[in-house]
Amino acid sequence: MRKVLNRFSEKLVEGLLMISGTVTSFAVLLIVVFLFREGFTLFKSSPIEHHNVIAVNTGNPVSQLDAEQIKNIFDQEITSWKDLGGNDAEILTFTINNLGDYFSEEELGSDFEFLPEKISFLIDSIPNILAVFPEAYLSGQFKGKLVHVDNIKLSEFLTGKEWYPTSEPAVQLGVLPLIMGTLVVSLFAIIFALPIGIATAIYLAEIANPKLQKILKPVIELLAGIPSVVYGFFGLITIVPMIHDWFNLPVGETALAGAIVLSIMALPTIITVSEDAIRNTPRSMKEASLALGANHWQTISRVILPYSMSGITAAAILGIGRAIGETMAVLMVTGNAAVIPTSLLQPVRTIPATIAAELGEAPQGGIHYKALFALGCILFIMTLLINIYIQFIASRKKLKK
Amino acid sequence: MLSKSNKEKLAFWVFRILSFFVLAILFWILEFIFIRGWHMLNWEFLTEMPKDGMTKGGIYPAIIGTLCLIAGSMIFAFPIGVLAGIYMHEYTKDSWYKRFIKLMTNNLAGIPSIVFGLFGMALFVNAMDFGDSIIAGSLTLGLLSLPVVIRVTEEAMLAVNDSFRHGSLALGATKLQTVRKVVLPIALPNIITGLILSIGRVSGETAPILFTVAAYFLPKLPESIFDQVMALPYHLYVISTSGTKIEESRDMAYGTALVLVLIVLILNLLANMLRRYYSKKVKMN
Repeated sequence: MRKVLNRFSEKLVEGLLMISGTVTSFAVLLIVVFLFREGFTLFKSSPIEHHNVIAVNTGNPVSQLDAEQIKNIFDQEITSWKDLGGNDAEILTFTINNLGDYFSEEELGSDFEFLPEKISFLIDSIPNILAVFPEAYLSGQFKGKLVHVDNIKLSEFLTGKEWYPTSEPAVQLGVLPLIMGTLVVSLFAIIFALPIGIATAIYLAEIANPKLQKILKPVIELLAGIPSVVYGFFGLITIVPMIHDWFNLPVGETALAGAIVLSIMALPTIITVSEDAIRNTPRSMKEASLALGANHWQTISRVILPYSMSGITAAAILGIGRAIGETMAVLMVTGNAAVIPTSLLQPVRTIPATIAAELGEAPQGGIHYKALFALGCILFIMTLLINIYIQFIASRKKLKK
Repeated sequence: MLSKSNKEKLAFWVFRILSFFVLAILFWILEFIFIRGWHMLNWEFLTEMPKDGMTKGGIYPAIIGTLCLIAGSMIFAFPIGVLAGIYMHEYTKDSWYKRFIKLMTNNLAGIPSIVFGLFGMALFVNAMDFGDSIIAGSLTLGLLSLPVVIRVTEEAMLAVNDSFRHGSLALGATKLQTVRKVVLPIALPNIITGLILSIGRVSGETAPILFTVAAYFLPKLPESIFDQVMALPYHLYVISTSGTKIEESRDMAYGTALVLVLIVLILNLLANMLRRYYSKKVKMN
């Protein structure tokens, strides 16, 4: 009887262990589902928010506009219907806010009950009008023509150059500046950190005596443990003013500040992973090189480094992966201007910083909210690819052994 | 032309200088935080509510909030993570299934913390309707630290010599008995060391709590797990970037940064001490 009970409890515990083992897989699955479910509804939404519609006079040949055109019209960069394939006439924009220019309060009625009729009349009587108004005011006998606006497209989202997620009447969702910002800051961070990191790794693994190693190791561990918000604060108080003074800039919050702070943060990762790779060089190879009369430096540069190259590459890629996803420090020092960076001395905005800065203000379920989730999807895919690549390198190395 | 040995000397000096540069960076950061924050560190600062637009008073609610989040996330992540680690190291054979779990765990570890924040907001705050609360934040942070706990456990089990397992099994113990009475006790110190380090990580995370729990300003203590709290890292972010009087709250920011770094420093020292203490003990056996 006891034996049966024992065996039963054994199976029970094993089951419990197995369930715990699958939690991470389940979590990844859930993250994918939630992220992509919210993110992908963006591409089923119209860029026109608040249930607005866009209408023109029936005589106007233009029947389709996209978000960028609408924005340019309201920014007065497009002023003639001719540019949109219509008649040679100036565009007259009308929104519900300039209602007062055309009608008095009495004409609209005390509860705005005549409003739909008046809007219809206005659009019918002005041939060059472009009107934006809430769908609720569309009257039964509407005498204008509704303009079709396409839903947000994935290709426009990825290649668009402007990020104005709250602009009226049509939001501009182009993530190119954000992607470029993220890549520029991360790549330069790794370019700064890699030489220092590899040198330190070589020093730790090959040159330093054990006593020094014992001091340096905990230091690097500590560097890895400092919270990113503290790095951000440190960067904000020391590095940002420094860059401001050195380069005589109007603001010190630049891509360069972000890259420097991120490079400090990436150092521990790069050092530990490269050091492991260097230490993994077989003793026999080192000794063969020394026995052939090469000195220590020649052995390091011609034998150890080439051998551990794949590990060092993994360190660099891992560092980039971390840098791409880093949020707080970057948010605090890069200045957050969503423009495509042309120099390191410009403010930039990265994807994680955008999410962190804007999600609090985006109403749940709105276009802005969905767009931020779509950004999260992009970030997720970028880091996932990097992860899979690193694991591919690691598994290939295991096979070699 | 440099001779062979001069080249070596030059190269080694370059490495030495760059390594000490890394050391210098750390000391620069620590000096910056310690020197500017030290005078803020007193009993009032640690036990009082923030006052006057967060330019005066203390950071008591943020400390309590962070402690709540640490406790909440660890209640979730420790048991599941340790069990999963045991399962992955002791129970699975090298099959596609193990490789799959491992891949997923590594992927989870690589997901940026802000994505955890998005996910936590979508699932715990909105779909499960917890609202901004300790429980939503704790679950998000727990999920984030799960891969760390699993990896720590696995590494600790890996360090246990197989002869212990074989000996136990040869004496007629079942697998569960072997794991529970032989492997776990030996691996435990290493597991605990790893857990301490993962607490350090959780206490400083900001991005995952931005939209799941953290309050901008809330000068009272939480009463239930469905309350919002202030948290140290978010508090530091707020008073150093978006507070109403940034310049006047600088001292508060230095103090908060110091407390955060001290937490990490103490946890690191504790972990190192434990590691040294137990490694001596094991050698003696």
